[in-house]
Amino acid sequence: MTKDTKNPPIDRVDGRMKVTGGAKYFAEFTMPSMTYCVIVSSDIAKGSIASIDTKKAENAPGVVGVFTHQNMPAIPGWDAPAQGNGNGPPPGPPSGGEKYRILHTKEILFDGQPIAMVVADTFERATYAASLVKATYTKQTARTDLTKHLADGVTPKGERAADYVRGTADGYKTAPVTLEANYTIPIEVHNPMEMHGILAHWEGDDKLMIYAKTQGVKATQRAMAQAFKINPDNIRVHTEFMGGGFGMALRTWPQETAVVAISRKIGRPVKLVMTRSQMFTLVGHRPRTVQTINMGADTNGKLVGIAHAATGETASYEDFTEGTVNMTKFMYDCPNVSTRYKIVPLDRGVPIWMRGPGEATGAFALESAMDEMAHKLNLDPIEFRLRNYTETDPEHNRPYSDKNLKEAYQRGADAIGWNKRSNQPSSNRDGEWLIGYGMSSGTFNASRGQATARAILNADGSLTVQCGVTDIGPGSGTAMAMIAHNVLGVPVDKIKVEYGDTSLPNAPMQGGSTITSTVGSAVYDVCTTVKNTLADMATKSGSPLANSKANDLTLADGMLYLEADRSKKVAVADLMRSNNLPAIDKTQQSKGGSEGEKYSMYSFSVHFVQVRVHPVTGVVRVSKAVSVADSGRIVSPNTAASQMIGGVAGGIGMALTEEAVIDHRFGRYINNNLADYHVATSADVPHTETIVIDKPDPYINPMGAKGMGEIALIGFAAAVSNAVFNATGQRIRDLPITPDKVMQKLV
Amino acid sequence: MNPFQFTRVTTPKAAISAVTKESGTYFLAGGTNLIDLMKREVIVPERLVDINKLPLATIEKTSTGLRIGAMAKNSTVAEHELVKKNFPLLSQALNAGASAQLRNMATVGGNMMQRTRCSYFYDNSMPCNKRSPVQAGPDKGQPNGPNGCGAIGGYNRMHAIFGTSEKCIAVHPSDMCIALVALDATVNVSGPKGDRKIPFADFHRLPGDAPQKDNTLQPGELIMSIDLPMNDFAKNSHYLKVRDRASYAFALVSVGVGVDMKGKTIQNVRLAMGGVAHKPWRLTEAEQFLTGKPATEDNFKQAAMLAMKGAKGYGENDFKLTLAPNSIVEALKIATTTA
Ligand SMILES: Cc1cc2nc3c(=O)[nH]c(=O)nc-3n(C[C@H](O)[C@H](O)[C@H](O)COP(=O)(O)OP(=O)(O)OC[C@H]3O[C@@H](n4cnc5c(N)ncnc54)[C@H](O)[C@@H]3O)c2cc1C
Ligand code: SF4
Repeated sequence: MTKDTKNPPIDRVDGRMKVTGGAKYFAEFTMPSMTYCVIVSSDIAKGSIASIDTKKAENAPGVVGVFTHQNMPAIPGWDAPAQGNGNGPPPGPPSGGEKYRILHTKEILFDGQPIAMVVADTFERATYAASLVKATYTKQTARTDLTKHLADGVTPKGERAADYVRGTADGYKTAPVTLEANYTIPIEVHNPMEMHGILAHWEGDDKLMIYAKTQGVKATQRAMAQAFKINPDNIRVHTEFMGGGFGMALRTWPQETAVVAISRKIGRPVKLVMTRSQMFTLVGHRPRTVQTINMGADTNGKLVGIAHAATGETASYEDFTEGTVNMTKFMYDCPNVSTRYKIVPLDRGVPIWMRGPGEATGAFALESAMDEMAHKLNLDPIEFRLRNYTETDPEHNRPYSDKNLKEAYQRGADAIGWNKRSNQPSSNRDGEWLIGYGMSSGTFNASRGQATARAILNADGSLTVQCGVTDIGPGSGTAMAMIAHNVLGVPVDKIKVEYGDTSLPNAPMQGGSTITSTVGSAVYDVCTTVKNTLADMATKSGSPLANSKANDLTLADGMLYLEADRSKKVAVADLMRSNNLPAIDKTQQSKGGSEGEKYSMYSFSVHFVQVRVHPVTGVVRVSKAVSVADSGRIVSPNTAASQMIGGVAGGIGMALTEEAVIDHRFGRYINNNLADYHVATSADVPHTETIVIDKPDPYINPMGAKGMGEIALIGFAAAVSNAVFNATGQRIRDLPITPDKVMQKLV
Repeated sequence: MNPFQFTRVTTPKAAISAVTKESGTYFLAGGTNLIDLMKREVIVPERLVDINKLPLATIEKTSTGLRIGAMAKNSTVAEHELVKKNFPLLSQALNAGASAQLRNMATVGGNMMQRTRCSYFYDNSMPCNKRSPVQAGPDKGQPNGPNGCGAIGGYNRMHAIFGTSEKCIAVHPSDMCIALVALDATVNVSGPKGDRKIPFADFHRLPGDAPQKDNTLQPGELIMSIDLPMNDFAKNSHYLKVRDRASYAFALVSVGVGVDMKGKTIQNVRLAMGGVAHKPWRLTEAEQFLTGKPATEDNFKQAAMLAMKGAKGYGENDFKLTLAPNSIVEALKIATTTA
């Protein structure tokens, strides 16, 4: 196979296991003499513990231990300086001040902070005992409202977070047509189906077994090695299956490390499975972010300037940053661009990247503003984007490795029926319902990191491919199988893919849409090595293919052929037998070269929606959705389409329903459950048409494949809000677009 | 969750005497609300009396209409032929509630008795006047959580605009009950002092000074069944539920309408609203106004205006002052145009 051929759709390799219960998630593992840990969470958001009574809990049946700041075992490696990525010792705020360490002092820095961890012999007993822990507090006023504290924003450290100017910072002001608009997104919570937690077991003084919910088993291994100052090779972390992550498992959370420390202390395995309400406070969230866009264009629809400012929240005890304003720097051809990104430390748990992370937040603002400007110019929003299209990256002054956004606009427009849209808002009706169409684009960095893969080709023609990556659900395992099949011609049902365990070769975290590129390339490279080994044997004298060149050989169906003359062939099994090889077993490290410096590499997406808005009740329904991905060669069409549909579901949630609400008088969430925090239901998600451009990126990696997990969501919310405007003539810049907001604008 | 005793009974008599005998005893029906409240320690029972084995799940024709047993599942009632044919409003309202899984567990009696979804009520660290003192466990008799009303001056987007008090502005969250109050249902209850009938409109109460009391049921009383009188609303009825997502969300505002039309004239009409009060909110004044009038948008609007008399917003729920009348008009329009 080459990257020039499209891949056939294959079934998800772990699909059957997932729907038959064969897939085992971390919380399903049990061990002899295992104990259960339940976290007692703080009732206040800021202050300190005045007293904590654990007597009743300690005396409750089955209780093995109750741990608070008064008796928490030390975590020896946490005194070391932070590593920066959340998978090491607690970093603390860069400005100095208090670090957060779980169960370390009586200070309360955020709502839901653990004040005790109760361990008992059953989950029910631990839960009951946890309810008996009673604390009193000295309360302080919690600063939790970003909107009130915008003035406290600081520019975080880091190159891409710095203020950016191209041309003149406020060049937009000179344009004949200008707009200024504010956009806000609320706190969103990942809320994967599977709860977070960990199961830890010390098999010896310095030997640790962990079943975790992590997007990177290797990262968890490193974090625990640091925390407990033991050799990483003595720690095994297993996460073969994960019930959704969306970013919340991109770091090793303090409670995981605490469970490992407690397990060591009590000398028994400890399992923690958090509650849904703790999923709101202890594993991060998408930060509330307030944005302003100033835009100027000339009357021909050419952009003159864009200024994009964003302020997001972080914790008082740690900085969290994301790429909220980055898209504005390179998406359009525009001479004057400035961006400014700030974060405000609040008395809140630290956020973490949530699917599409900051780019999804930023795209809501930029792509809404593009729509607003198109309307001002009386231009079709696609036409406006085309007039400002750029074939080179204006931020870095270099070509894109590959960009087919024009084709994506066209194909999406055809699929949604864009010609039915009128540029004049509220001109389309179906009975009482107003019909609107909206579109937007999205983009996310594409890259290739470093990974190692192992391939074992057996004489019976079966193949095992291994890599220590976590497949959090997108279908990484399926992609690995497809790539191995393409290189070695082994039928997919004879390929066993193994992943999600630190005993397997090294791989990075599953996150940032990089795994198909990074791990896929490693699989490609190691399989190529296996193929070359076969070719070497086959071209030796005595073989029917003697004297052929390795490059002229093709592998298919267990046979090695001379491509030019397929009658010349040798069975792989025979070849291995005659060379006395039971298996060919290769392990290989793989990484990209300098292509990332020569080219700007991005995946692109375009989203189209049709909405129906009921003007009397304000109800908005997405009635049709089309998502187009321009992300290089598609390795696994089925799982790619599923990714895109998932992005639409998440995007509809972001646009219409999701919002974690805080009562700022208490600094606490008031909708921390799945009845009141509204993720989109099936009834909210219409039939979604997914379109892939499926053209290989010539530079990024041997498959020509780029990531698509993030772009599936990035921009989607703007498409919905733009469609609501098209339907009603009213623009809602404050997500989510709930019936009350729409109805009030329309009365 | 605190340890509690568990008894299973097979006769209403045994159920009633079990609950009367000891305080802190609760009937357990589908458990979809009670168990959640126990997990959050909003309710801390001493004992649960499982009434799932009581023979109270039948749905049968009576001389005056239909009788629905208190233990009939929400999904069973919604899909029952006689209900769909004669009381489509009830069927629609039930299907608009919760999720399929919950409706398969939830019972008619439990649905009527479900507590408010006010967030402050559910969080023992927050002020709430509705939470009653803890009945069992080591904290027996202690109030669970601070009193006051968190929703007034706080997050009250989901809260009431009618019949509120300074003590409480919560809403009754049921969809089913909106249909039942509109359809003039009667509640048959049995208690330590015998049987009695309660008109549905008098079953739930306003918060007043005693927000801990949701309804007029006396201690130990068991809901046995609901009686629905026959009516002529089946052809022109509609349940409109405005909510934040297409399924599995409580009503921002809902409207139940049943109309008896003669040509274009409204002969008789029933109107009730959900998501606006501590009880299912019947709109009698609007009904009277519409009776005998032609079904025109203008008349609907006037009726909606009458219905809104006395409405009061608390900030975040001010939108209901517009959404409610809009929804009344909309529901009337749909009901009067359905064939
Ligand atoms: C996530 C979620 C979403 C929901 N969404 C909706 C919605 O959109 N619309 C809606 O209407 N409802 C909704 N509900 C509520 C649901 O309808 C109720 O939980 C259900 O009807 C309760 O019935 P049950 O049989 O499970 O009652 P249980 O939980 O068993 O009991 C509830 C109360 O009723 C008492 N009780 C039960 N039966 C009797 C009886 N025969 N006599 C006297 N007392 C009795 C019990 O003692 C208890 O106090 C939702 C619930 C959840 C959890
Ligand atoms: S509205 Fe009622 S239930 Fe809600 S906090 Fe106030 S008193 Fe409690």
